[in-house]
Amino acid sequence: MTDNKIPTTTPRQSATFTADVNSDIRRAAATGIYDIRGGGAKRKVPSFDDLLFMGASISRYPLEGYREKCETNVTIGGLNASNPIELDIPITIAGMSFGALSGPAKEALGRGASMAGTSTTTGDGGMTPEERGHSNKLVYQYLPSRYGMNPDDLRKADAIEIVVGQGAKPGGGGMLLGQKISDRVAHMRNLPKGIDQRSACRHPDWTGPDDLEIKILELREITGWKVPIYVKVAGARPYYDVTLAIKAGADAIVLDGMQGGTAATQDVFIEHVGQPTLAIIRPAVQALQDLGMHRKVQLILSGGIRSGADVAKAMALGADAVAIGTAALIALGDNDPKYEAEYNKLGTTAGAYDDWHEGRDPAGITTQDPELMARFDPIEGGRRLRNYLKVMTLEAQTIARACGKNHLHNLEPEDLVALTMEAAAMAKVPLCGTDWYPGKPGTGF
Amino acid sequence: MQTIDLSELGLREVNKMLHAQAADTNQTSWTIENAKGSHAIACGLDAPIEVTVKGSTGYYCGGMNQQATIRIDGSAGPGTGENIMSGSIIIEGDASQYLGATGHGGLIVVKGNASSRCGISMKGVNIVVQGNIGHMSAFMGQSGNLVVCGDAGDALGDSCYEARFFVRGSVKSLGADCEKKEMRPEHIEILQGLLDEAGIDANPSDFTRYGSARTLYNFDVDNAGAY
Repeated sequence: MTDNKIPTTTPRQSATFTADVNSDIRRAAATGIYDIRGGGAKRKVPSFDDLLFMGASISRYPLEGYREKCETNVTIGGLNASNPIELDIPITIAGMSFGALSGPAKEALGRGASMAGTSTTTGDGGMTPEERGHSNKLVYQYLPSRYGMNPDDLRKADAIEIVVGQGAKPGGGGMLLGQKISDRVAHMRNLPKGIDQRSACRHPDWTGPDDLEIKILELREITGWKVPIYVKVAGARPYYDVTLAIKAGADAIVLDGMQGGTAATQDVFIEHVGQPTLAIIRPAVQALQDLGMHRKVQLILSGGIRSGADVAKAMALGADAVAIGTAALIALGDNDPKYEAEYNKLGTTAGAYDDWHEGRDPAGITTQDPELMARFDPIEGGRRLRNYLKVMTLEAQTIARACGKNHLHNLEPEDLVALTMEAAAMAKVPLCGTDWYPGKPGTGF
Repeated sequence: MQTIDLSELGLREVNKMLHAQAADTNQTSWTIENAKGSHAIACGLDAPIEVTVKGSTGYYCGGMNQQATIRIDGSAGPGTGENIMSGSIIIEGDASQYLGATGHGGLIVVKGNASSRCGISMKGVNIVVQGNIGHMSAFMGQSGNLVVCGDAGDALGDSCYEARFFVRGSVKSLGADCEKKEMRPEHIEILQGLLDEAGIDANPSDFTRYGSARTLYNFDVDNAGAY
């Protein structure tokens, strides 16, 4: 007898309707609200991981790791400011607000940055005395919302950063949800407690580069031309945005790629607007070079910087410094697996927790809840951040010495090769084993 | 009375002289001549001095003012009195857009009209306009009072929080979440005080009060169309 049973196919999951996509659809259908979360782009994008340093051999000789110096200092804002910022290391702490972060977390950032000889940055909530007190070098963000903005704090700042955009949400504003609006946060922002606090996407009193030039003039006049004025832009159209920021008179430019974090915005915004950090640096440097301002107007790159290797690669491609946000929070203890059971209760897992806007952070960092905040020790947090910054610096120095460089700023694109065609095209460095990259002049591609 | 010529001294020197005045200065009266539309005149002042600017000003005159009284004998450019903290600014002519943007305190008086986005994101400043104001005024206004003796343009008070708006004339349209409100005795009192301070002879009872309906204070998908 023959077996008439028809063979069945194995169940096949869709590559289009993945489990993640389906869960998004179900969540949207149940709530009617788009997903809001913190952090930066989680999708895989071409990154510094796709670049390698070649190191030295016969054609170039290396520096002795434990004998020969490799300097790391950087001066930011010497073009117009009488008091430019002098940093021991080219790794700064990016702007994160009091409100999004707890007071002790902001204190820890100041402590860690100061011990490591670098700067930290306020955020969309004004300057707190703890933060000013614990930060040797503090950059004061000047944002569209102007929450907490006042001339007294402005004059206490070591630099002013006019925020035009951020990598997680180019063209977007912000929203601090009501559950994080404590009495203190509400008071600093001059709004009722418990309501959603919207942050505008554009500045209320200027539009366009011509206005920006006048705004920079006003801020310089108010602060007596003492401190540098940075302009922070998202990685949207880096060549033109950097060109216009230079034209407007910026002393330094902070350029933030799509892996850069936010306290809260729509997931669709984070994942679908903006460009990867790797893709934005070369056009920005080109703009600086075309205007003869490279190394005169400093370029601070941010968005997914995690290690000394990332620092070295950013600097080899022309950055003067980098800024870290998400990595600094992880150093403080954010997403630590020791809180796994509590992350599970929130429906997530350590490493994936991104509902920072809800204020229920088990690590006590992205919260205003007094009980959760009490879990976080700002002194220990500061020490951890200091250690991390030191390690990143040592790693970057190790690479620079291996490339024969006695200063991190001496790293250059010629030290790099790319592992993928995409990275080669974006970084304009040769694909491994070739002397070619897509778009290289004279190659016909 | 100190008289300084902006065209001769330049902006930096003029502002430096004004910034050098301490709280107990006896040089309390200053006149700046030849303003000629220059930007950032008398911004960042922090002393109880009186500054008269002769002529019209460019952007950001009196920006972030503290304590000082600034009188503009002409019209004022965009962003005049932005982020004002205290003191007062009196504009004899008209005011351009963004007047008193994000102002935290103090008083701004406009004898003429004010353009669009007057009082945008106001956070405690009081603004009194003798004439009309343009569209999108007091957008996202958080606190303080905007008094308009004439008419208001489109979308008054869009997405506002707790700022109060008093308009004597017509309002072309109200912005999202802004509504007409009852004029209670305490509002009459506040308005009378502001009119007196601004030196304007008007009857508070002729004004209508507007403010936030507070329906957008916490996100609700059913209100999505209003955003």
